[in-house]
Amino acid sequence: MLYRVAGQFKTSYQADYALFPVRQDAWLLVFILLLAFVVFPMTANEFMFRAMLTPVLIYSLAALGLNILTGYAGQLSLGTGAFMGVGAYACYKLVTIFPEMNIVVAIFLSGFFSAAVGVAFGLPSLRIKGFYLAIATLAAQFFLVWLFQKWAWLYNYSASGAIQVPNIKLFGVTVAGAHATALTQYYFVLCVVCVVTFLAINLTRGRIGRIWKSVRDMDIAAELVGINLMKAKLTAFFVSSYIVGISGALFVFLWRGAAEAELFDIQLSFKVLFIAIIGGLGSIMGNFLGAILIVALPVLISFVPGLLGLPIGAAMVEHLNVMIIGMLIIGFLIVEPHGLARFWAMIREKLIIWPFPH
Amino acid sequence: MEFIHPILIKPFADMVSAPDFLVQVLWEGIVSGVLYALIALGFVLIFKSSRILNFAQGIMVVFAALTLVGLYERGVPAWLALPLTLGVMLVLAIGIERVVLRPLVNQPDIILFMATIGITMFLIGLGETIFGGENKRMITEELGIPTGNFIFEPFGGFVSIEQKDLTAVIGAVVLVVVLLLFLNKSKMGRAIRALGDDHQAALSVGISLSTIWVLVWFIAGIIALATGIVWGARAGVSFALEVIALKALPVLMLGGLESVSGAIIGGLMIGILEKVFEIYWGQPLLGGSTESWFAYVLALLVLLARPQGLFGEKIIERV
Repeated sequence: MLYRVAGQFKTSYQADYALFPVRQDAWLLVFILLLAFVVFPMTANEFMFRAMLTPVLIYSLAALGLNILTGYAGQLSLGTGAFMGVGAYACYKLVTIFPEMNIVVAIFLSGFFSAAVGVAFGLPSLRIKGFYLAIATLAAQFFLVWLFQKWAWLYNYSASGAIQVPNIKLFGVTVAGAHATALTQYYFVLCVVCVVTFLAINLTRGRIGRIWKSVRDMDIAAELVGINLMKAKLTAFFVSSYIVGISGALFVFLWRGAAEAELFDIQLSFKVLFIAIIGGLGSIMGNFLGAILIVALPVLISFVPGLLGLPIGAAMVEHLNVMIIGMLIIGFLIVEPHGLARFWAMIREKLIIWPFPH
Repeated sequence: MEFIHPILIKPFADMVSAPDFLVQVLWEGIVSGVLYALIALGFVLIFKSSRILNFAQGIMVVFAALTLVGLYERGVPAWLALPLTLGVMLVLAIGIERVVLRPLVNQPDIILFMATIGITMFLIGLGETIFGGENKRMITEELGIPTGNFIFEPFGGFVSIEQKDLTAVIGAVVLVVVLLLFLNKSKMGRAIRALGDDHQAALSVGISLSTIWVLVWFIAGIIALATGIVWGARAGVSFALEVIALKALPVLMLGGLESVSGAIIGGLMIGILEKVFEIYWGQPLLGGSTESWFAYVLALLVLLARPQGLFGEKIIERV
């Protein structure tokens, strides 16, 4: 009923391939953006921003980058955390070497560093496939984290070995560092995420996106119809690592405020991979749904014992949380292996034909 | 040509001038290599029979060791705790097959891989909830494992070999021999290999998928317990073990995902080479702790030359 498509006629191919072939989708997006830009900032408090809203956005962006590589181009990566680290350290070096540089420019430039590293570690994908390729990205993961620890130039020889974000102003407003408010940081992240997501949507439904999908579905067949595999795989690594690098820069500069090498360890890679898979491989929207589930749900779960008045210690809550997340992941994989995005697609189908099931 | 000397000449000169130290380093490498091989063996078994890359093998090692120590701490004598732990691993195998694997039959590899990561998280949470997260001492003496040192003096030098390491190596060899005999000679073992070759053909001649899966996961559990005991004896039982267990992945890739002997040789190779590299190249030239990545980079280089690993089945691609 809500999704009645009757009466929306397409008279050209262009209209048929438009971003929103169904008008209600556009309305839904407007509604979500309204929530994100107006309602949340007006209602949420400091804790909500720091613990849920900003991290959800940043993790969504990281998962989006991974999803382009794994979900669209079919190349499994277990090194997302390290590529986020490259973005973060590159951004840190940029703002400390060129203090006048605009933070937006620095963040978008730092993506290129992680993209270069990503392409370098993506080169083996031309020869190695499937799970064997995971080893190349694992090598990147462990080697890069080791490099973050040992190469003192990266963290400006600070005694703690950690990078500390300086206070950075953008148009007179502090956006990064200890003096920034959670609200400005949230808006900053939200804008970056919106821009990158918009670009990613159009990239994946255009020519390059189709090339990636054909490589994912069967790379030999793709090669036979004249697709340059090397170009396709390396562009996927480039775009993916670029987005992941940006998310890493945001991760440290707009959320954590400080970081050391261990922050980018394999657990982070797995967390992002989970978001991408639970959300749905090969879907843009899935990343956001997955991030909400994986990032925000644990925060909510940790409140449950307190609300119920159960006398459970903080450590125990943490342990139970890990256990519940594990069960949820298995449960979701069993119920819907194609992720939350497929779930939404099914609901949407049902809504369109409702109330007549045939 | 200044930079060539410390890379190409000095390490070998060091090796020749102090052969006893080299022997010690090699022994350390062999011991850790055996442990990598054991973990990789658990992976290979499960991969062969069900095409699942079982990420949970590492945490199964921790979980088995924790259960053993935890039971002992709660007053169960050591000789009883061992079979009880095996019982727990059996229950775990049945549970995993029932709850996780059965509903996920025929899903893509990556989904099953993810599911095993889900199992990993569940087991971490469960282990921490029941036994606590702190480092525990493995009950080495209580299980009758000797703890002294053998001292050798070859080449006029000094080499010390811990008895528990020796026990670990011997135990691992026995375990591997028994396993190979089981896989190659027994009826069940043949069924496992048949499933690995072709699921549908195996099903059609009457091999029960679920029984074999439970069996395979249980064997992987036994291997995990053995690994947990020997590794726990060296480094204590804690969840840090899980990260070390990730090393089994490059071991597997190096040896080839389907090959039992590949897992063993790969494990030994990586164990020895990473120790030698760390001592002679890593510490003097790169600032140390190269062991965290050396195995992966080595595996990557080998894979570039042989994409199926050293002993894996040749990958044939058809359109």
